[in-house]
Amino acid sequence: MIEHIDMSLVDWSRAQFALTAIYHWIFVPLTLGLSFIVAMMETIYVRTGNEEWKRMTRFWMTLFGINFAIGIATGIILEFEFGTNWSNYSWFVGDIFGAPLAIEGILAFFLESTFVAVMFFGWNKVSKKFHLASTWLVAIGANLSALWILVANAWMQNPVGMVFNPDTARNEMVNFWAVLFNQVAIDKFLHTISSGFLLASVFVMGISSWFLLKKREEWMALRSILITAIFGLLSSLMVAFTGDTSARTIAKVQPIKFAAFEAQYDGTRNAGLVAFGILKDSDKKIGEKKVKDFVFKIQIPGFLSVLTGGDKDAFVPGINDLVMGGVAEYKGLTVADKMQRGTDAKDVLNDYKRAKLVNNREQLELIKEYFQGKTFVEENLKYFGYAFLDLPEDAIPNVSVSFYSFHIMVILGFFFILVCILSLILLLRGKLLKNRWFLRILLFSIPLVYIASESGWVLAEMGRQPWIIQDLMPVNVAVSKISAGSVMTTFILFAILFTALLIAEVSIMVRQIKTGPKH
Amino acid sequence: MTIMISYIFLQHYWWIIVSLLASLLVFLMFVQGGQSMIFSLPGNDSQKTMIVNALGRKWEFTFTTLVTFGGAFFASFPLFYATSFGGAYWVWIAILFSFIIQAIAYEFRSKPANIYGKKTFDVFLLLNGALGPFLIGTAVATFFTGSRFSLDYMNNVKWANQWHGLEALINGKNLALGLAVLFLAKANGLLYIINSIENEDLIKRSVKKLITNSISFIVFFLFFLVALLSSNGFAINDETGRVTIEKYKYLHNLIQMPLVLIIFLAGVVAFLHGIGTTIFRGSRKGIWFTGSGTILAVFALFLIAGFNGTAFYPSSYDLSSSLTIRNASSSRFTLKTMMYVSFIIPFVLAYIWYAWKAINKKKITEEEMKEGEHIY
Repeated sequence: MIEHIDMSLVDWSRAQFALTAIYHWIFVPLTLGLSFIVAMMETIYVRTGNEEWKRMTRFWMTLFGINFAIGIATGIILEFEFGTNWSNYSWFVGDIFGAPLAIEGILAFFLESTFVAVMFFGWNKVSKKFHLASTWLVAIGANLSALWILVANAWMQNPVGMVFNPDTARNEMVNFWAVLFNQVAIDKFLHTISSGFLLASVFVMGISSWFLLKKREEWMALRSILITAIFGLLSSLMVAFTGDTSARTIAKVQPIKFAAFEAQYDGTRNAGLVAFGILKDSDKKIGEKKVKDFVFKIQIPGFLSVLTGGDKDAFVPGINDLVMGGVAEYKGLTVADKMQRGTDAKDVLNDYKRAKLVNNREQLELIKEYFQGKTFVEENLKYFGYAFLDLPEDAIPNVSVSFYSFHIMVILGFFFILVCILSLILLLRGKLLKNRWFLRILLFSIPLVYIASESGWVLAEMGRQPWIIQDLMPVNVAVSKISAGSVMTTFILFAILFTALLIAEVSIMVRQIKTGPKH
Repeated sequence: MTIMISYIFLQHYWWIIVSLLASLLVFLMFVQGGQSMIFSLPGNDSQKTMIVNALGRKWEFTFTTLVTFGGAFFASFPLFYATSFGGAYWVWIAILFSFIIQAIAYEFRSKPANIYGKKTFDVFLLLNGALGPFLIGTAVATFFTGSRFSLDYMNNVKWANQWHGLEALINGKNLALGLAVLFLAKANGLLYIINSIENEDLIKRSVKKLITNSISFIVFFLFFLVALLSSNGFAINDETGRVTIEKYKYLHNLIQMPLVLIIFLAGVVAFLHGIGTTIFRGSRKGIWFTGSGTILAVFALFLIAGFNGTAFYPSSYDLSSSLTIRNASSSRFTLKTMMYVSFIIPFVLAYIWYAWKAINKKKITEEEMKEGEHIY
């Protein structure tokens, strides 16, 4: 069904998409959060009429503007790369994926881009209230954009609301609401936007503490920290809560991904949650695949069983059980089982195609009925993508990347809850200025929050491998058939351009911060 | 009561929406047209600042329209998205490059510590301004001239040469449309500048440039139009559904769809009126006529590319792989769901109009540029 695909083409295509996504995600979370933060500041300005608040709003808005443009630039590339580099995927899912993307354009992008113009240029042209409304609409528009693209991404993690049409050999949407209210979509949206709010809060707190360390702009810095410590604390709690629900959902819908980010190879009862650990090359193998194992770990006993199964006696399957089976306590299907079922589905599809070619109507009807029957859909079609795997162990994502990205994200997540609480306490007790060590921590939290945020995306996307659409389509089937050299060339061009732009962006940002708010 | 909406109606409906977005995009590329003259038009630095700021307040509309055009095309005709983007790789990548460098250029150019200097970002604006409309025009011309690809039974695209789309650049008709779109964008850019900036010298310069650019546009567009109407087209046989070559197909389309012909002619007249009234009567509102003219004419061109049994993305390499609005579209359910979403478009247009008017109430002046209100 598919021709032999040069693996380096898949690798370069993945690298190019990952590069674009990682760069895009440097800028987007700040836009998501900072838009609300400036809207809150401007609201206070409009209500109090105090020009200092306006000055403060405009300072943060300048930084917002510098960041906003480059986020848009990288965003358009991502959208078009679905087509340029993943053309088979685009056709296979266009029916479902395209709809959220189109809605995103019509509903969210125009809201954002129209009112951002009013926000930047309208200070002396429109009334105070219209301007304020525009600022809020930019924040809402930005976050609405996030909703639709995350709905699309959630579908890739947990495809729902569609049927497979044998005539077009692809999935077609039958239930829009199932796609929109996919549990993964809800978790992902709330988790992602609240992480953006947190990132922007830490960004504002960090820069404000730089002003305090330099003994400049104290009035603005203290108020900025007050607003963002509250906003950041609420967001960080939301991040933790939605992170927990996300993990539970992943344990159900992507069990191998879940086991990978805990590096849980063998299933057990009373499974502990790894709080900290180091992985190293080992002799451990799953099938033919060598995997890394712990040289050191600190566990919270029984916690993983409680988290996933409700009590500490619950059995948590490991990667080995899910892929190879052989453990009595694991009752589910192994990857090998799924490969057989997927191959059966593919064979029936081929029979259908053959019958169509010779125009055998009777046989066509028969196969179609069987094909769309509930049993076949549930037992075979659901595992369609497994037909394209060579070995069961091909279904294992990169365990170390999954493990580290997950743990870095979680550890930093708790760190930021602490940072927000401490900021608030010190600020309200009037001790923030005296504790310069803490101001330094706030400043150095800026890079950390970006690391946490990127780790989340690395986990979401790398943990899903080898799938582009969980269980339905692996990446090597989805890729556009162009030469690996072409993709390598564009990868290098993008890498140079994005890096050059990032350097300019950071330099401009630093200069604007050093200059401070205008009088 | 449920209303039955047929699949074929929805496919036509979405071709209309995509065509509308495309025509809005071509009009909004006045931003690119203006950028392409950033070095040649202004007489001094202050004029240049005014031009960049006038355009800079609108660049996001163009950008967003491009993104929405892509999204809507993906959603309604995913096989086009997969075939063209995955196949004509280099053309789309070139278009993308020209747009990344635009997005940051406005915001970064006059900011201190921008590392590469103002000139670099101005060159970015120039590159986007010249390449964006030209490449998009050339790519759209392949809707009429065809590309060299084939699709297998799983609809995987295979491009028949190693150029992956760049070969479109050696076809005279494609080049003519590319250049026509570029000069159209330039003419619209000049008219926008005339409309939104208060500076006598700059307006004089713009009117002068408008003459040469409109003539260039008319020459290239006429060449393309004559070539198009006298050439073969890709027709879908009603009975067999197969794509065949039909003589004078696009001319037939215009004659067989009189409403489209009227829209096209109205567009041409509006455009010429906009140019004429600016050059001969010194009007500053020409942009509204050329703008609506552009939208109408491009809309009509898209309709003759996809309607009346025509393959909108034909393959000259393998006729049977050609894409039509029937075989390339999303499912009926998806098209219907999105149709409901598209009912919001008038509301979106209304607030864009409102915000646009609010910002453009006062024309841009040298004084404003000195006051320092988010100046690019």
